[in-house]
Amino acid sequence: MNSEMNIARRNVLKVGGGMGLLALFGSLGLINPALAETERKAFSAKSMDEALSLMGVIIPEKSDAIKLSVPEIAENGAVVPVSVETTLAKIEQISFFVDKNPNVLAANFIIPEGTMGKITTRVKMGKTANVIVLVKADGKFYSASREVKVTAGGCGG
Amino acid sequence: MGNPMKIRAAVKDGATEVKILMQHNMETGLRKGDDGKVIPAWYITDVKIQHQERVVLTAQLGVSISKNPYLVFEFKGGAAGDKVAVSWVDNTGDTRSDEVVISA
Repeated sequence: MNSEMNIARRNVLKVGGGMGLLALFGSLGLINPALAETERKAFSAKSMDEALSLMGVIIPEKSDAIKLSVPEIAENGAVVPVSVETTLAKIEQISFFVDKNPNVLAANFIIPEGTMGKITTRVKMGKTANVIVLVKADGKFYSASREVKVTAGGCGG
Repeated sequence: MGNPMKIRAAVKDGATEVKILMQHNMETGLRKGDDGKVIPAWYITDVKIQHQERVVLTAQLGVSISKNPYLVFEFKGGAAGDKVAVSWVDNTGDTRSDEVVISA
């Protein structure tokens, strides 16, 4: 860990868009060593930009090595299954977000060595939004995103 | 003490797959009850899963996780007969711990 310190290795330029992040924090480049406490603050974030900034993430790189599975349409926004599987090496953390929820960060999973980069859980979605997964692997952040349409109200009709 | 969880742990190709269904309302603190009063936030904040003495997953959950949190993950190793223990804490300080034995 902490090869983050080497600014020359930043993967900043692979801006895939979609996250709405500004390059304001370009000079930060460093991850807060008190990881757990920093991550907990991010639970109060009301936007992706705020959450990522609280987590010390600059611009995550889009990665094909992250497979994010969500339904295209969720009839019941209260229970939307989300699944991630990644082949990236040295996974440290996996986080799920719903970018239009009042609280965008849904969960952080700290992955010790020996545990796979594979998590399934269920999130609440207030309305059609993107489910975003952030993966920290070998000190760097990667992301994948998928839109889930949430059909309005009642009996799914 | 919180409500019991359902846990299944099974060996799967040199790894152990763990499925957990926790019982918890996971109130966001944004809902109003029938009396018009806001239902206070009440949700599991931390989960820890251990195989024998080793922590195999730590989770921090927020209010965007669905009621009765469901979690599936895998860790390398584990053998039938080993213990897997899951414990959680919620924002009121309530806790729950349950354990199972890995099945073949």
